Amino acid sequence: MPTPFLSVQGLSKRFPGPKGSDPLTVFENVNLGIEKGEFVCIIGHSGCGKSTILNILAGLDEPTDGAVIMNGKEVSGPSLDRGIVFQNYSLLPWLSALKNVTFAVQARHRNWTKKQVHDHSVKYLEMVGLTGGAELRKPSQLSGGMRQRVSIARAFAIQPELLLLDEPFGALDALTRGSIQDELIRIWAGSDQTVFMITHDVDEAILLADRILLMTNGPYARVAESVQVDIERPRVRADIIHHPDYYDIRNHLVEFLAKRSRELAGKRDEDGVSEPNVIRFGLNGPVANKSNKGAGETPARARVVNGAD
Amino acid sequence: MIASLNARALLLSAVLLAVLLGIWEAASPQQKLGSELTEYEILMGGAEPKAAVPPPSAVFVKAWEELSNPFYDAGPNDKGIGIQIGYSLYRVLSGYFLAAAIAIPAGFLIGMSPLMYRALDPFIQILRPISPLAWMPLALFVIQDSQASAIFVIFICSIWPMLINTAFGVAGVRKDWVNVARTHELGTLKTAWIVILPAAAPTILTGMRISIGIAWLVIVAAEMLVGGTGIGYYVWNEWNNLDLTSVIFSILMIGLVGMLLDTAFAYCARLVQYQE
Ligand SMILES: Nc1ncnc2c1ncn2[C@@H]1O[C@H](COP(=O)(O)OP(=O)(O)OP(=O)(O)O)[C@@H](O)[C@H]1O
Ligand SMILES: [Mg+2]
Repeated sequence: MPTPFLSVQGLSKRFPGPKGSDPLTVFENVNLGIEKGEFVCIIGHSGCGKSTILNILAGLDEPTDGAVIMNGKEVSGPSLDRGIVFQNYSLLPWLSALKNVTFAVQARHRNWTKKQVHDHSVKYLEMVGLTGGAELRKPSQLSGGMRQRVSIARAFAIQPELLLLDEPFGALDALTRGSIQDELIRIWAGSDQTVFMITHDVDEAILLADRILLMTNGPYARVAESVQVDIERPRVRADIIHHPDYYDIRNHLVEFLAKRSRELAGKRDEDGVSEPNVIRFGLNGPVANKSNKGAGETPARARVVNGAD
Repeated sequence: MIASLNARALLLSAVLLAVLLGIWEAASPQQKLGSELTEYEILMGGAEPKAAVPPPSAVFVKAWEELSNPFYDAGPNDKGIGIQIGYSLYRVLSGYFLAAAIAIPAGFLIGMSPLMYRALDPFIQILRPISPLAWMPLALFVIQDSQASAIFVIFICSIWPMLINTAFGVAGVRKDWVNVARTHELGTLKTAWIVILPAAAPTILTGMRISIGIAWLVIVAAEMLVGGTGIGYYVWNEWNNLDLTSVIFSILMIGLVGMLLDTAFAYCARLVQYQE
């Protein structure tokens, strides 16, 4: 089996406990593969270690055990190939929204002229709806949602191979969220970017993702299931809910969060392999393996195929 | 009418000033107007029962005289107040900026490296509490030049607050911001310039402001010791001349210049201030 674009192997993270007590094992022996061009969402309860995994993928944090391999190379530090939208935005407060983006674009394209950098940055700020003077304000003068949008623009503008999004739409109202989700899908579909996104919103995950990873509660969390979303694209928010698989998938996710995330917590996979169980729906409708993306790989890693439980 | 807080504060300040000056003026025994006392009379305590503190009106007259021609130069013991302050500022600023040129990069190094922080900490802790004037004899002996020694004393007294604040500010830069630099693959120098310097700038500026205040305090004492020129020497010289009016006038000038220096740095601090 060829190694996927991004491969997470035997990843564990422990934090030293408070003096004298045992270390906190956030997760242990996490194994995943993500294909190039795939859009993957990860869902799990607060504190299970999603941001920790994302930071390790970014190269900002080091795993206690295991490795992350991207493009055949081990991730050993942050890189411009992996753009991040941080959970807390992490904007530089002394720079205007625009400067927060231009400095990133400048870092990416060192030989661009000031004008090129400026125009490119403005394009992405316009995309997230920050125009008409708002882009010249400092983060402290922007609302939470506006800050989040600046942070999204900054990550998208550097056009990384892998986009790591940590609850990127958490602070947005439904309308803005919808338009930026559409924008994200448009950008993603028009490129060969891979997206790894943390979300708490089940509907958002179904709308956006090719695959949804489900994480059990911590400590000793693990990625227990990998739910394939084979709903054909382009997906339209209003129509997708009528798709025959939609509620099966949704119920499965909700049930996981409500029940199994707790029940499975800290348990090893029965067969001793800790790769997520692959769950696939489609018994009620046509099975669509191809996304509308040009790449259109169909990852053949369905180890266990459960029906709708 | 509801005046703004600023306007009312200004009014109150003016009233307080008038009252204080009034009391001072009233408490000062009347001097023989028009004619100055001769030095002989003063020495004998002839005119007054006791040499008295001059009234504010006399200080004003003096100030007017001095400030209308601040830059005259009539020999080593008789220079305008502007020239004297100029000398002092020259020493303060050269010692100060020399200190800044060393303290800020060194503070960066210490702040960015926990190893350097620990290694240099004992030196800083021992050197910092030494009164800058205690260095004077050693400086005079080693440097063999009173001008340079005064500058050295300013250097040594202004280096510590800047060094410590810079190190503190740099070490305290939020990890999130450093991570932003890391994910954008900024090199060490660029990270220092684009992220750490602006993030630590308010703390560094606070250190610089404390330093300039201390430097201005110390220069007066240093110039009293070293002699020759400068506002500190001027005060001491006028005291030797028993010209209390000039002494009071120069005290006020010291305060005024100190305030201007502080205001300038407060202004710079506001420029680099940011809100999270
Ligand atoms: N630096 C740290 N030191 C010790 N424990 C940490 C540290 N960072 C995170 N943790 C712990 O690791 C666990 C996972 O944290 P993480 O931020 O990854 O959660 P999360 O899944 O992103 O949660 P949320 O959905 O609320 O953002 C938490 O229990 C947290 O207390
Ligand atoms: Mg998180």
